[in-house]
Amino acid sequence: MSGAAVAAASGPVIPHYGTSDSCVLHNGAFCWHWFAQNWGSLFQPKLIQHVELTVIALVIGFAISFVLALAAHRRRWLAPPVTFVTSLLYTIPSLAAFEILVPITGLGSLTIEIPLISYTLLVLFTNTLAGLSGVSAEVRDAATGIGLTRRQMLTRVELPLALPTIVAGIRVATVTIISLATVAAYVGNEGLGQLIFDALHSNDFNTQFLGAGGLAILLALVADGFLVLTQRQLTPWATARRPV
Amino acid sequence: MSAFSAAFTFVIHNGHLLLTKTETHLAISFEAILISVVLGVPLGVVLGHIHKGSFLAINVSNVGRALPSLALLSVLLPVVGISRTNVIITLVVLAFPPVLTNSYVAVEQVDSDVVEAAKGMGMRTSEVIRKVELPLALPLIFAGIRTAAVFVVATATLAGVFGGGGLGDILFNEPSYKLSGVIGSSYVLVVLALAFQVMFKGLELAVTPRGLRKQPRLVPPQVVEPSVLQPAA
Repeated sequence: MSGAAVAAASGPVIPHYGTSDSCVLHNGAFCWHWFAQNWGSLFQPKLIQHVELTVIALVIGFAISFVLALAAHRRRWLAPPVTFVTSLLYTIPSLAAFEILVPITGLGSLTIEIPLISYTLLVLFTNTLAGLSGVSAEVRDAATGIGLTRRQMLTRVELPLALPTIVAGIRVATVTIISLATVAAYVGNEGLGQLIFDALHSNDFNTQFLGAGGLAILLALVADGFLVLTQRQLTPWATARRPV
Repeated sequence: MSAFSAAFTFVIHNGHLLLTKTETHLAISFEAILISVVLGVPLGVVLGHIHKGSFLAINVSNVGRALPSLALLSVLLPVVGISRTNVIITLVVLAFPPVLTNSYVAVEQVDSDVVEAAKGMGMRTSEVIRKVELPLALPLIFAGIRTAAVFVVATATLAGVFGGGGLGDILFNEPSYKLSGVIGSSYVLVVLALAFQVMFKGLELAVTPRGLRKQPRLVPPQVVEPSVLQPAA
């Protein structure tokens, strides 16, 4: 068995169907052995790719939304049109968006990332703006009273107070992207979704379905949990009140 | 750009095919929405009425939101097999959380003074729910159903690869329908999602009690429940 493990670790990405493994031969419910053997060559790289896709979309999406939210915070009239456009983007089914982009950007990362980024905008923009404008008038008055400039008010008062709402938005955006990135594999051959589509198109191998699907679900739950803990660390005062 | 016009030509020449596939697509979507509403609304309303179970109502939505639909389909596959049932289960898992959470929040946040007044007038519990809490909660409940419906109609496309039929049959079958068919079915899908958005928004406005319509809304509707936004495929 150790020889096979070494071969799987150093060789090319070829699923190793052990001849002696009856679980694999009979397509058992879940073959731990096969999963462990192919972890390094199959599951781990796709999991890392999935995380990369998610992080890229999240960072770019947040940068765009944050700038838009700051602008709309200063000029209120900007909020309705930005909300309208971002909700429109959000309503477009992702599979349709991916396919419509294929003739323009081809099959690949760009075709995946553009819709992924566009799906983060609505929730990140809405929540950042809601957080910033949710700061009460008394707090603003107090901040003005102690002589804070507009910039100081933003960085020292409004942003810290808006943080729980912003992180709530990031949580939704993160799990959304992790979910849509699995579907995106259909046009980009990247991430855990690729393993699911591969299994669908070839051998209907249960272990590959459960392994890839389970990892995607686990990734979403872990990312969500991680963000909750981060928010609690960053804003200890928020959890002192009634958590929602 | 010719790919896009070719797709338009496909839509024009394959009206009957697209119509049949759209019918299946809508049947799957409505079945999943209906199941979620039948399960989610009564549960949410009752929990909201007794002001208990916020942990359940909020966390079901948080966990449900985190489950990627394709991953769920994939995990269910060895258990349920390639079938319509698999797709329906996944769509219900997708649609149930926003319906439940919105129903709970909608009834829970009805002004307690109004409920007290209704009790003071001698209304029984069933009357309080039916005549006071439910009418006031309907707009938010239907906002949840709208969110769910738009996700479901988008995600039902995955039925194409998991044996449920619908527009996904074309979108996932480039060998048979060429890129023009794939993009053509994407057009139909986009129109369908926008139509659902508009249709359910209309429904939401229609069920809003007249007394609530005149009042200026304190918060724009999109800002009310950002936490209920969910992933759609």
